[in-house]
Amino acid sequence: MTTAVIQPKWMTFGEGGTALALAALAILSLLIAANAHTSEYAFHAYLFVIASGAGVFAIVNRFYGRPADPPLQMIDGKPNYNMGPVKFSAVAAMFWGIAGFLVGLIIALQLAFPVLNFDLPWITFGRLRPLHTSAVIFAFGGNVLIATSFYVVQRTCRARLVGDIAPWFVVLGYNFFIVVAGTGYLLGITQSKEYAEPEWYADLFLTVVWVVYFLVFLGTIMRRHEPHIYVANWFYLAFIVTIAVLHLGNNAAVPVSIFSPKSYIVWSGVQDAMVQWWYGHNAVGFFLTAGFLAIMYYFIPKRADRPVYSYRLSIIHFWSLIFLYIWAGPHHLHYTALPDWAQTLGMTFSIMLWMPSWGGMINGLMTLSGAWDKLRTDPVLRMMVVSVAFYGMSTFEGPMMSVKVVNSLSHYTDWTIGHVHSGALGWVGYISFGALYCLIPWLWNRELYSLRLVNWHFWVSTIGIVFYISAMWVSGILQGLMWRAYTSLGFLEYSFVETVEAMHPFYVIRALGGLLFLIGALMMAFNLWKTVMSGHPASSPAMALAPAE
Amino acid sequence: MSLWHKHAIFEKNSIVLVIGILIAIAIGGLIEIVPLFYLKNTIEKVDGMRPYTPLELAGRNIYVREGCYLCHSQMIRPLRDEVERYGHYSLAAESIYDRPFQWGSKRTGPDLARVGGKYSDDWHREHLRAPRSVVPGSVMPDYSWLAATDLDFSRINDDLSAQALLGVPYSSDMIANAKADVVAQATNDNPDAFELGKRYPKAQARDFDGNAARITEADALIAYLQVLGTLVDFKLYNDKANIR
Repeated sequence: MTTAVIQPKWMTFGEGGTALALAALAILSLLIAANAHTSEYAFHAYLFVIASGAGVFAIVNRFYGRPADPPLQMIDGKPNYNMGPVKFSAVAAMFWGIAGFLVGLIIALQLAFPVLNFDLPWITFGRLRPLHTSAVIFAFGGNVLIATSFYVVQRTCRARLVGDIAPWFVVLGYNFFIVVAGTGYLLGITQSKEYAEPEWYADLFLTVVWVVYFLVFLGTIMRRHEPHIYVANWFYLAFIVTIAVLHLGNNAAVPVSIFSPKSYIVWSGVQDAMVQWWYGHNAVGFFLTAGFLAIMYYFIPKRADRPVYSYRLSIIHFWSLIFLYIWAGPHHLHYTALPDWAQTLGMTFSIMLWMPSWGGMINGLMTLSGAWDKLRTDPVLRMMVVSVAFYGMSTFEGPMMSVKVVNSLSHYTDWTIGHVHSGALGWVGYISFGALYCLIPWLWNRELYSLRLVNWHFWVSTIGIVFYISAMWVSGILQGLMWRAYTSLGFLEYSFVETVEAMHPFYVIRALGGLLFLIGALMMAFNLWKTVMSGHPASSPAMALAPAE
Repeated sequence: MSLWHKHAIFEKNSIVLVIGILIAIAIGGLIEIVPLFYLKNTIEKVDGMRPYTPLELAGRNIYVREGCYLCHSQMIRPLRDEVERYGHYSLAAESIYDRPFQWGSKRTGPDLARVGGKYSDDWHREHLRAPRSVVPGSVMPDYSWLAATDLDFSRINDDLSAQALLGVPYSSDMIANAKADVVAQATNDNPDAFELGKRYPKAQARDFDGNAARITEADALIAYLQVLGTLVDFKLYNDKANIR
């Protein structure tokens, strides 16, 4: 009699370790929930209990369902890519994008019609505005970056993502952080540091997620089957490393108690202001620029089927961009109590930053040489090229606004908001849309449902952006001029509230622009949904399996 | 071998690339931030500056919670129109006890750095309840619930302790009396107000929200707004002492 040899199945170190860590987190959170000083904090602690408990269950459940051997690194000589986490992040990006644009529209309408605050604490402008910025920057933008970076690093290194549980921990952990941060704002849990509003416990959790993200990304690069690290990965790496440094520096805080959501920042006053804008401007520089430049360096050459225009330009672009960007923070503090020398340094480096920015733009645009005709036929490529054009526009406007005399007019006005949105909607939005229009058909191996709908999306949202930024230019410059207007007798001509009343028509136009942008995104979500659910398999499966650059 | 080929060291060694990135991003931040902890004009002590009273601190925490900084700056720039509209330009010293700083980046509403004493408590109360009842063109949300919500100051001494840990000069006396000081400052004619004034010079003690029966969040927020920009006496301030 022979018995079948049953191969023993063991939990991997990753599975066991993560499950134990999550179980410990669940117990700690339960303890905090029981003793929390505020009900809002208890709610968050229970969210942590539920999420970490679900994590343990998912790991154990998956263990019983999986084969004994770990997934193969290679199948038939081709890398066995791990695209599950990429798919999750891509879908999450679309979801958060629409949520973030919608909240943006709501707060735009609140500024035009303040009655829409409804005298309810949870939906006042002051609580919804961080929800909007975090949703679009960190939830939408962050998921786009995680999805594309995990895709690009695998493709360009011809290697499977490092780790089994780790990539899932990154995408799920990051999205859980978003939920904690967002619900916190609505409940009044905030540090009130712009773009770094989440409180200490959310920041700590994000730190763990981010370190794992860095290790997965770096580990995959180390496992590469290509001698060189592709240029897109330099930018992704700079984005991940620098955001970690900025996050730790800016959020250094002492909690009042482990049972309290409240903390006090280690820095104070002028030092806190400098640290905040060192963080704040480089959240723009490394999150919204370096990360999305990585997308440009992969998706535009891929879509246009042309090599990157200049290898040498990309080297200069990379090092000069990351070196110069970090200095630019003080231009947010012109004429404040920050010492003049720091303001002047910030201004000088902001102006210098114009050059690497345009170098990068040229490298992206010129990649199309020999393929310009595709702009007529491929609205996805057109979207990405227009995004690079917007990048060029806002990286000209930014250095201009950092000049102190210009800033004395523009600072504190809607001009800043307009500038941010030409970068955010035009550059970050469009390059992300372009990347998702490429990525989702590739991931699900489908033909894109409708190119005509992409064309509609492009035009509707472009008109929306034009409405938005021109309304903000006019209102910003108008208000700046009204604040400093004098009568012939030498008195200030306008009271403050008169300048507020003058903004009303522009706030309505801005909201209309935001509505058009949201409609465009809804068209996109429909298009991608149809692509995945009812689309046809891609006509050339070779495209999905094409080797890396 | 040209210089361009030397770049391969970064392209072939991921750790070298990470180290290169860290060096490139460290320089600017270090040069701009570190001196601020040593320069005379960023760490100057100015007469009159004191830590917030417990009630003002609780009010400031409400200001932080509601995200007021998103529409109101607290930083008057040394420009003619701003100084005429809002008062003396802001000094670095005036925010030494601000954790986090609330200088803001957008003025959908006016600057508040020197709003203290500009309006009556009655005005603030009415303005928080329904801004358009006193400023018809305002786009500020209504904050009527602040006057209806009791201030939770049961653990305010923990807040002072946490700040003391960070170097804010809260004495053990101040921490021990924090809760009593909240009550003393938020009620009319409280006998403890004298002690409060000794601990926190120039502290204004009265019933800020017009409801003597309760200590509400509106009490705290108005107490905070009324102290903003009032601590430094610019008749005595010597702006040449720490010239940059």
